[in-house]
Amino acid sequence: MSVIIYAENWDGKFKKLTFELASYGAKVAEMLGTSLVAVSIGKVEESELKKLGKYGVQKVVTTDHELLRHLDSKAYTSLIARVAQKEGAKVIVMASNNAGKSIAPRLSVKLKAALGSGVNKLPLTTEPFVVSKKVFSGNAFAHLLLNTEVKIITLMQNSFDLAENAVEPVIENFSVELDGAEVKTVVKDVQKHEGKILLTDAEIVISGGRGMKSADNWQPILELAELLNAATACSRPVSDEGWRPHEEHTGQTGKIIAPNLYFAIGISGATQHLAGVSSSKYIVAINSDKSAPIFEAAQYGIVGDAMKVLPKLVEAVKEIKTK
Amino acid sequence: MNVLVCISNVPDTTTKVKFTDNNTRLDTAGIQWVINPWDELSLTRALELKDDASTGVKQVSVAHVGPVSSEPTIRKALAIGADNAFRVNVEPADAYQVAAALAEVVKAGQFDIILCGIESSDYNGSNVGSMLAEFLDLPSVSAISNLKVEGGQAVITREIDGGKEVVVVPSPFVGIVQKGIAKEPRIAAMRGIMMARSKPITVLEAPAAEALSSFVAYEPPQPRAACKFIDPENAAQLIEMLQNEAKVI
Ligand SMILES: Cc1cc2nc3c(=O)[nH]c(=O)nc-3n(C[C@H](O)[C@H](O)[C@H](O)COP(=O)(O)OP(=O)(O)OC[C@H]3O[C@@H](n4cnc5c(N)ncnc54)[C@H](O)[C@@H]3O)c2cc1C
Repeated sequence: MSVIIYAENWDGKFKKLTFELASYGAKVAEMLGTSLVAVSIGKVEESELKKLGKYGVQKVVTTDHELLRHLDSKAYTSLIARVAQKEGAKVIVMASNNAGKSIAPRLSVKLKAALGSGVNKLPLTTEPFVVSKKVFSGNAFAHLLLNTEVKIITLMQNSFDLAENAVEPVIENFSVELDGAEVKTVVKDVQKHEGKILLTDAEIVISGGRGMKSADNWQPILELAELLNAATACSRPVSDEGWRPHEEHTGQTGKIIAPNLYFAIGISGATQHLAGVSSSKYIVAINSDKSAPIFEAAQYGIVGDAMKVLPKLVEAVKEIKTK
Repeated sequence: MNVLVCISNVPDTTTKVKFTDNNTRLDTAGIQWVINPWDELSLTRALELKDDASTGVKQVSVAHVGPVSSEPTIRKALAIGADNAFRVNVEPADAYQVAAALAEVVKAGQFDIILCGIESSDYNGSNVGSMLAEFLDLPSVSAISNLKVEGGQAVITREIDGGKEVVVVPSPFVGIVQKGIAKEPRIAAMRGIMMARSKPITVLEAPAAEALSSFVAYEPPQPRAACKFIDPENAAQLIEMLQNEAKVI
């Protein structure tokens, strides 16, 4: 018996998200009185794999194949299913990100295992197995009963704190025989957002709305982001207008994020926008209209013209950074 | 080439959701049902592909899993421009059942591209499209922000965590679409609404597939602490509070 996490890597490296999954998996394994195994697919050095041990992973099953360097949801699913069966997995945990969302549902059908997707905390109970997840785009939480022998969970990013629990993990190579016929996705071109902090990874996000008036006014937002090591985001009309790239659009129809701190600048706070950001630990609103709904979601607010307030914030941050 | 667009109906995105029966069931009283926003966008893209003769897309069908009471949603999709529709007659309890039912539609027709939205705005599962692909043993591509058909081949841009990839997969495949796939959802014109009345809806019976999960309770989100206002003339105070009070910078 075991709990399994899918430890995704980015160019051979894990990131905080991977360790959140490990910390979460370790806790679930403890609740079930079993051990924690991680599956890694792709080229990852042993020293990197060992880092998973710091968060309680007892065994790492690693596999690398030329045909698996890019995500192929079908091939990845069958691979993880094989490891899950071999390890007698009771619970399989993945991130609720693009990769997790494309593998977990397939795995659910393949193993006939109930899936709780977008889970935001530890199982509420394990007998019966009930998880909590956000529904109606953040307007409620639901308790979902997973009614099968094997369960699958996708965990929201930034919803579980890292917990160290150092063990020396066993590294096991799992070799796969694959031919081209099994891997159907052919990648023609890759464009990476080099050097930028990913919106979904960022602890601080600075977001601008239609109240910013034009693309030319973004300079202070970019400057603030740079100073705070933050990612930039925007509301939907802003990306629709082409003031900012589509990847930055947050909300119900864009990205769903949960940073520690979210600055909503010139954003009215429509329910569809809040759907993407309401899990932020703190929301700061800057808006010239004191009755804007964003102030109901925010913990800190400034009623004022963003063009006047932003330079002051930039100065204040420079001040604390030089101290 | 034929395209099948899977559509679900969801409460209008501005609905104030409420629950009944001791917070175990959604209170559907007064809810306006609309086509799930992503499904509306994938339908729009499918119709754009059909409008462009060079793609070879000849037919756009829609599939919905639900009881007869959800037919207005299907008629709406037909009014927007779909050629025909399928409805699997079951009130599904989870995504697994929805996907199992949709698989029956795919088996009943000849589809080259099957499109699903990345999630439904009610239960936010992101499950159906990929489950459907696994039921059918087809390839699936998720988080598609651009879909073209060139020389009989689908050329897809998908978002990966940290960038974008252009990929091709053989047809038939399941494409799970997100933002970017189409700009604005198409809306039904009067003529479309008239024509929709006579377009065929094929009703299929549900396969035997039990639900694997069920919602047992709902809770409203925790109320947030009231907003603390800071004088705009003294914006530096905000930074001080974020640093020393909230401890987030
Ligand atoms: C199906 C559906 C899905 C949607 N999905 C999304 C989504 O995912 N994300 C999203 O963001 N929206 C989404 N929307 C749109 C949403 O309803 C709102 O229209 C949108 O969020 C508004 O963007 P905004 O706040 O930037 O603009 P506005 O609502 O125009 O607000 C601009 C704000 O800026 C303030 N302002 C103006 N000038 C200044 C100034 N000088 N200084 C400071 N403040 C100023 C104004 O007081 C106002 O509050 C969706 C809508 C629908 C129907």
